[in-house]
Amino acid sequence: MYGFEALTFNIDGGYLEAIVRGYRSGLLTAADYNNLCQCETLDDIKMHLSATEYGPYLQNEPSPLHTTTIVEKCTLKLVDEYKHMLCQATEPLSTFLEYITYGHMIDNVVLIVTGTLHERDVQELLEKCHPLGMFDSIATLAVAQNMRELYRLVLVDTPLAPYFSECITSEDLDDMNIEIMRNTLYKAYLEDFYKFCQKLGGATAEIMTDLLAFEADRRAVNITINSIGTELTRDDRRKLYSNFGLLYPYGHEELAACEDIDQVRAVMEKYPPYQSIFVKLSYGESQMLDKAFYEEEVKRLCWAFEQQFHYGVFFAYMRLREQEIRNLMWISECVAQNQKSRIHDSVVFIF
Amino acid sequence: MDHLRSEKMSFIQLIMPVESAHRAISYLGELGMLQFKDLNDDKSPFQRTFVNQVKRCGEMSRKLRFFSDQISKAGVTSSACPAFQPGISLEELEVQLAEHEAELLEMNTNSEELRRAYNELLEFKLVLLKAGRLLGSSRNHEIPAERELDENVYSKEKDQESLSLLDQETLSEMSNKAGLRFISGIICKSKALIFERMLFRTTRGNMFFNQAPAEEHVMDPVSGEMVEKIVFVVFFSGEQAKTKILKICEAFGANCYPVPEDTNKQRQMTHEVSSRLSELEATLDAGIRHRNNALASIGSQLWKWTIMVRKEKAVYDTLNMLSFDVTKKCLIGEGWCPIFAKPQIKDALQHATIDSNSQVGIIFHVMDAIESPPTYYRTNRFSHAFQEIIDAYGFVSETVEKIILYMHFCSGQYI
Repeated sequence: MYGFEALTFNIDGGYLEAIVRGYRSGLLTAADYNNLCQCETLDDIKMHLSATEYGPYLQNEPSPLHTTTIVEKCTLKLVDEYKHMLCQATEPLSTFLEYITYGHMIDNVVLIVTGTLHERDVQELLEKCHPLGMFDSIATLAVAQNMRELYRLVLVDTPLAPYFSECITSEDLDDMNIEIMRNTLYKAYLEDFYKFCQKLGGATAEIMTDLLAFEADRRAVNITINSIGTELTRDDRRKLYSNFGLLYPYGHEELAACEDIDQVRAVMEKYPPYQSIFVKLSYGESQMLDKAFYEEEVKRLCWAFEQQFHYGVFFAYMRLREQEIRNLMWISECVAQNQKSRIHDSVVFIF
Repeated sequence: MDHLRSEKMSFIQLIMPVESAHRAISYLGELGMLQFKDLNDDKSPFQRTFVNQVKRCGEMSRKLRFFSDQISKAGVTSSACPAFQPGISLEELEVQLAEHEAELLEMNTNSEELRRAYNELLEFKLVLLKAGRLLGSSRNHEIPAERELDENVYSKEKDQESLSLLDQETLSEMSNKAGLRFISGIICKSKALIFERMLFRTTRGNMFFNQAPAEEHVMDPVSGEMVEKIVFVVFFSGEQAKTKILKICEAFGANCYPVPEDTNKQRQMTHEVSSRLSELEATLDAGIRHRNNALASIGSQLWKWTIMVRKEKAVYDTLNMLSFDVTKKCLIGEGWCPIFAKPQIKDALQHATIDSNSQVGIIFHVMDAIESPPTYYRTNRFSHAFQEIIDAYGFVSETVEKIILYMHFCSGQYI
């Protein structure tokens, strides 16, 4: 019953919603970011972060620090919070929380397969994987030679198995195919997640539909821009777009036919929500597009917290934390490389 | 009913010269009767005056945490500070801590090399013990599973069996022929099931996996805990299968050790490995004893050092709250104190001035304040517990006395 979640949500989800809202109030604010941007060295950053919720995670690191250490410890905090929520959750919240990590699993799989292709050491690659997307037999991905083997050996046991039906081919893995595999998997994952949220119904369905539709549209634009000038045919490109979202189906038709960025802009400006993003870019510029998309995403994620009694807050919180970690990484890198003028290029303020 | 209300507070201002500031704050801290107001609210943590000292204290407390971690991991119990030790200054403590940390890290890296070699040898010994038995049983045991393997291989093996009594060397040549080969190794018990399943899938079922639990627990190098391991032997045929199996072993962190098929040679190797193990054990033990001695000596002073560092950090945090009047070369601080404590505070300030050999005394005067004062309840040993309970629920403002009244009533304290 939409509108009456208040009656029953708190029985199962009340504790965790309170927890996640508590976590959300621990996100860094604009004042924190201002202070961080004024830091001269990584030690200053560490000192400032030890006054925030990241304190216990960073306090045992000896100086001199590296940027990777800072990012690793912050990610560790996110993983701890996620695990705490996951172990307290019941169905269907636990399935919802697990869905959030499948994207990371796909990224890890692609990372290991690409790394093996370029003959890197498996242990090294495992260290670079995102901790939220780890599963047991992930290291065995290094043994597979083509996609069919990949599926048969390792992925059939993982939650990613159902997403593979569209991508099993016997071709050998190379860079192009791996990217196509990544996007096909992600498309299947988004559609699955979308259907799951629809099934949950109520406020969750409404809010998650909006967030997932934005994600699908953003990926469509990114796929289009990245495949301009490559050998990807129009039909192949169309197959990588998801089957939902604001751009479906007419936007996808037009995007598939685009050959350069200005055409993409022309297509996107027909849709009012995205027009505001593209207005900010001057002609021919695509570097700021990423930042513009992140800003729009953060805005929508913050709106998810305005309503109560739905699962969208969990998804929104995880995404906001990831954005914060991205910000911290950018700031640390700028400080470490002494390029503080470029700090504001890529930091997205959350509040 | 006066004793149920907060003490009367007054707002005071302190002006202290720089040389006696540190000592004054530490004496005031011992007294515990003054609450400072943060005059540098708008500054970020690293813009404050004493930021370097705070950083140094942070570094030192990190080293102390590291030491206590190491001590608890090593299981060393140390006696409390034995003899009277003269007080040491912060700089000396810093130098000492740095020395100890460097020493400890060096000892740890040295013993790690030894420990890794020790683990490898231990695992090799376990593999030799069990694999010998597994190989023997797999050879003689007529299981249908083996019959499903390549017919030629089986028959060749049978011929080899009769030869083996006569000619020991041909056995070693078996690995050169495209016959049945094996890989032996050791793996964590928790991963055994997935490992077996993965091997089955990669070789499309053309392998035989035999396993037995290892008798001793092995220390896992990453987590430092003792884990259960099992010894396994994988029989397979073909060169490609071998590369795949080796890759899978590497992916799962299973260590493979070559085991000779001949029982005599096995016994010989076991003997060699055992002797090398005992040598390594002796060296390791000596190293561990040395490290434990160092840890014990640190441990006896750890508590004292921790308290010292925390006090210093608190003093510097408080000093950061004072505003630095550069022109007059002194620090100005504002705060609240209960009226009855004023003579004690004046006393402490005077001690500080004398002890730091300062020419100028610390100025202490009362000011008027607009905002309402914080509350302070004087407690004795009995009422302290009840005050703690009340504080746990939040600090009450001065006018809310009903809660306190209720608590005191329930606690049976006389009114």
